[in-house]
Order: sequence, then C-alpha cells, then structure tokens
Amino acid sequence: MCLALPVRVVELRDGDMAVVDLGGVRKEISLALVDGVSEGDYVILHVGYALTRLDPAAAERTLETFASAGLAVPAGA
Amino acid sequence: MKYIDEFRDGKLAQSLGGAIARTANANRRYRFMEFCGGHTHAIARYGVTDLLPPNVRMIHGPGCPVCVLPIGRIDMAIEIARRPQVILATYGDTLRVPASGRLSLLKAKAQGADVRMVYSTQDAVRLAEQHPEREVVMFAIGFETTTPPTALAIKEAEAKGLDNFFVFCNHVLTPSAISHILESPEVRDIGTVPIDGFVGPAHVSTIIGSRPYEFFAEEYQKPVVIAGFEPLDVMQAILMLVRQVNDGRCEVENEFTRAVSREGNLKAQSLVAEVFELRREFEWRGLGAVPYSALRLKDKYAAYDAERHYGVADRQVADHKACECGAILRGVKQPADCKLFGTACTPENPLGSCMVSSEGACAAHYTYGRFRDIARKTAAGGAAT
Ligand code: SF4
Repeated sequence: MCLALPVRVVELRDGDMAVVDLGGVRKEISLALVDGVSEGDYVILHVGYALTRLDPAAAERTLETFASAGLAVPAGA
Repeated sequence: MKYIDEFRDGKLAQSLGGAIARTANANRRYRFMEFCGGHTHAIARYGVTDLLPPNVRMIHGPGCPVCVLPIGRIDMAIEIARRPQVILATYGDTLRVPASGRLSLLKAKAQGADVRMVYSTQDAVRLAEQHPEREVVMFAIGFETTTPPTALAIKEAEAKGLDNFFVFCNHVLTPSAISHILESPEVRDIGTVPIDGFVGPAHVSTIIGSRPYEFFAEEYQKPVVIAGFEPLDVMQAILMLVRQVNDGRCEVENEFTRAVSREGNLKAQSLVAEVFELRREFEWRGLGAVPYSALRLKDKYAAYDAERHYGVADRQVADHKACECGAILRGVKQPADCKLFGTACTPENPLGSCMVSSEGACAAHYTYGRFRDIARKTAAGGAAT
C-alpha cells in the first residue's frame, strides 16, 4: 500500500502527466502534486502520482554516510 | 534500479550493523518503534534484526493503512458496494481484509457486488466517466500519501462536472496515531512497551515534512529519525537513534534527505486542506477511537461524500476473538504470540488484517521471518544440549 518507488521521468505530457521509466517498463503517471519537474528528474511514485522530486546530491551524501559509518570507530571505543 | 539497489547493498548493511554494535552501550537496552509498515516489511525481508546486536530491538508500530482499518469501515464499504447502481473502486490491498460474517470485499464481489481494483484514483474518475449511468465510489484509504491523490480526484470530478463520482473517505493521520501510542498506558505508566525512539515515516514525510515530529521529540522526549524504506536507510536510522540515546538528545533527524524536507510538499498540503477537514474522532483497529486522527470531506465537497450520499452509519464491530492484531498494532505483542499465526491464519486465508497487506506485521513475519524463528530455536536448543 505504501509502496513507492524512485522513477525517472522520460517524457512530459499535457495535463500534468508524464511518462516514467520503471526499471525498463514505461508508465504514465501524474505530476499534479509536484511543480517544476523536468525530463531526466527522478520522482517518488506512489499510487500513480509523483509525491516529490528526488534530490540526487542528497542521495549521494547519504550513500557516503553509510560508507563512512562502517569505518568510523566511536569515541571511547 | 537506480536509487534502490545501492540502498540494499549487503556488505554495507554488515558494516552498518557493526557500527551499531560498536556504538550501542553494552550495558543498556535500546528499543525503537518503526511506525510504518514499509519499514516493518524492509526489516523482515532483509533480515535487519539479524544484523542488530541483541540489546537493540525493534517494535512494530501501527503504520499499515490496511491493518488499522476497523471491521466496521469494511462492512460499510461492502454495504455501499452492494447497491445495484454502485461500482466500488478500491486499491488491491483492501480486497481481502476480513469483514463481519466471514465476508470480505472479494467475497462480496463473488456474490455479485461490482467491486473493481484500481491502481490510482484517476482510474476511478475514469470509471465514472465511462459509466455515467452508474455511481462510482472510491474506497479511499491510507495515510498522508494517498490523501492528496484523493483530493485531486475530487477536484478532477468537479472540473469535469461528474455527478456520479463519490469518495468513501477513510484517510488517517500519522502524527495523531504516534501521540496516541505515546499517551497509551502501556508506554506511559505500565512500561510494557518501552520506546526509546522512533524510526519516522518515509513517504508520509515527503508530504507532511519533518516538522510535525518536532512536537513529539520535545513533548515526549523521544528521538525521531525519519528514514527511507530501503534496508540501509533503516539501519542508518537505527545508528542515528542509538547515538541520540547515548548523547541524551531528543531531536528530529532526517536520514531520508533525498526526498524529505522540513516543510514537506506544500502544494499537496494546501490541496488536502482545501478538500478535507478533521473528524472529531475515528476508530482504529487496535488503538480504538483516536481523537482528531482522520479526515472527512468538507461541506463544500459534500456532494462527493459517499457517507452522506448513502447515509451509511459508522459502526463498531469487534475483531475475531483470538486475533492479536490489536495488541500487535500497539506494539504489545508480536505475530508469533498469536495462536492462529501460520495455522488458521495465513496470507492465503487471513483472519486478521495484519496478515493481509505485505506491510502487516503478521504477513511480513509469515513471509520472511517464521523460518528464522525455527532456526533460532534450533540453534538455541543445540547449544543447550
Ligand atoms: S496471525 Fe492472523 S489472527 Fe493472529 S494476530 Fe496476526 S492477523 Fe490476527
């Protein structure tokens, strides 16, 4: 029910609609809840609607945090 | 797929598990509630529990929209669906939720009710356009993520001048459910459900932002870390919670920065505020009547309100006597504590709502966790002899 996926917008269409790429599968979704989406952007898709844009720079930073957490030795250890 | 696979990396999961074990103080216990069914599912599916040290435990919360829907509301949906002029449009997950008298929407459909599964509320509006002689009712359920799409559907029906589209509104609110849990005697006084912090919702937070949780962190002195639904997100959030507990901090931190801001999606919020208003209270399975925890259509949109149009009355129906869903949703019990788990109640033949949706604690545990229990017991038994 709460399943939502990051998908790439491949084509903008009329009436706030867009075509997205879902791991090779194309699907038409609504962008009515999110302003200013461009082709190539990633959005989080849920029950046919984009809920928000995905920020690639923030995603990179989070992945770096994962990598460094594994290496870090906490103070006092 | 990009932004999914890299957040499921097994090696990184191991090293994050190591970091949690090193950071957690061996002399204390850490108990965190993951509010969302999406997190419950990720934890069960990727065996996150196995990567945590024994003194860090996860408690499942009530954040599964299908699980918290009380029997009375399903009964009302069936009552609406059985009217000959009605087409009831519903998300797939609700079809098999047990209702009164051994019914479900699926069984009502087999008996002749016109129940159709839709992927989005747009599909329901399209059904209304295609069938002007019928009345199409969207069985609208879910937390803050599905509410804006319902609002959009109502606006679309209005713009198209459709007078045969209705919404049976069951949208519920996450923050009210969290405060209800924090106010419950189990958490506050009796201490049977000790909670040291929350893994906060992923997709709900894309809409409402991280700001609404600041109240709990402060008022109830509980740390909250908003996390994505992938296993590494959950593990990183647990690490952040352990650090907060160690430092004596109670803050709202955001692990899911790639999608969640403090403000959330303002466009979606204003749309919801335009169409919906708070109900004074709403019945949740497991939690009972929770004040100001759900939405209904504003008077301005009364013409689209199925409850008013059909005059269906709210009703209270008790759960199956032996089903422990209520206690599981409050974090008091675990799926394996239920006598019916895996015997009389399975995903193919669910007796309670927690066994229906893949985000339900019982379904997640049945699908991914039950063999692990056996393995653990065998290992323990082996060590003892
Ligand atoms: S196993 Fe079935 S009957 Fe038992 S608590 Fe879970 S859903 Fe309810």
